[in-house]
Amino acid sequence: MTNPQMVMYEEEFNQIQAIVDRLVKEANARVVFIIDKNGQLIAASGDTEQIDTTSLASLTAGNIAATGGMAKLLRESEFTTQFHEGEQSNIHIQLVGNRVILVVIFDNKTSLGLVRLRVKKASEELNRIFEALLQKVQDPARETPFAEITDDDIDNLFND
Amino acid sequence: MSFINYLSREINCKIVYYGPGLCGKTTNLQFIYNKTNPEAKGKMISLATETERTLFFDFLPLALGEIRGFKTRFHLYTVPGQVFYDASRKLILKGVDGVVFVADSQIARMEANLESLENLRTNLAEQGYSLDKLPYVIQYNKRDMPSIAPVEELRAMLNPGNVPDFEAVAVSGGGVFDTLKAIAKLVLTELKRSGG
Repeated sequence: MTNPQMVMYEEEFNQIQAIVDRLVKEANARVVFIIDKNGQLIAASGDTEQIDTTSLASLTAGNIAATGGMAKLLRESEFTTQFHEGEQSNIHIQLVGNRVILVVIFDNKTSLGLVRLRVKKASEELNRIFEALLQKVQDPARETPFAEITDDDIDNLFND
Repeated sequence: MSFINYLSREINCKIVYYGPGLCGKTTNLQFIYNKTNPEAKGKMISLATETERTLFFDFLPLALGEIRGFKTRFHLYTVPGQVFYDASRKLILKGVDGVVFVADSQIARMEANLESLENLRTNLAEQGYSLDKLPYVIQYNKRDMPSIAPVEELRAMLNPGNVPDFEAVAVSGGGVFDTLKAIAKLVLTELKRSGG
């Protein structure tokens, strides 16, 4: 496989969650979330109940993939930042370490400048955490839930 | 590339429905969406043109139940089948855990099936995957149409590796869940085999 497995543990999750919680406050944003490049939601903070985060995660990943495709055609490695401006809401999308995507949704209570500033700082911190997480995941001695799973367990999932 | 979350105890996997234009990939997802309990599914997203042809992808998140305390979630995607959307198709294959190739059983579409299957192999190879190593099933769709090729013929042409294959009529749902269960099972078996 070209990409290593994405795994999330409690320790790293708590660190990541602390960063997104803080980013919501410091950037005065409505919602902040982090997704992987395949569209899986990793963490979210803010007013998430009003938003279909699963759908948004998949579409954002599609968007990043499409933008990455355009970059490749222009011989750029990536376009790391995207900004979409609406009447009520704006979305700031930042690729972090070419691995995960940091999404900030905000309204007119804040400014693009502030969001960019806070995102920059958060990105650096997130990058370090995901680097460390990747090291941990690649450790051949790590435990996985799959060792215990039997073929019967898989069959049982489909007996309905 | 599956995503294992120890905190929420979830395993997330990505399955891609591939195949030539108008073979019924979106119809497969629509049937699954319509027949699944509301609590087991998320919203289905279709990025389509005004004439309902898939432009980028369809997306359907699905929960299939628990294994050893881990919720299994599958993200189903389709690709746009039309030849000129190849750049988009490549993107959707990124991070794929399992592939369903939906073939159009109509005799007139045989060449399109072969071309799409070849395109799948090429695009997977570009991402560093091999179709022979990925969890992979084939669906012979549109078995209700008048001018269709016999299954043996389709099998000889499209399934030399003898992977699990299913006849289907996706508009009325025949074979749709058999196909889904088979690929989901293969994906989980592969995760178990590779140790996650």
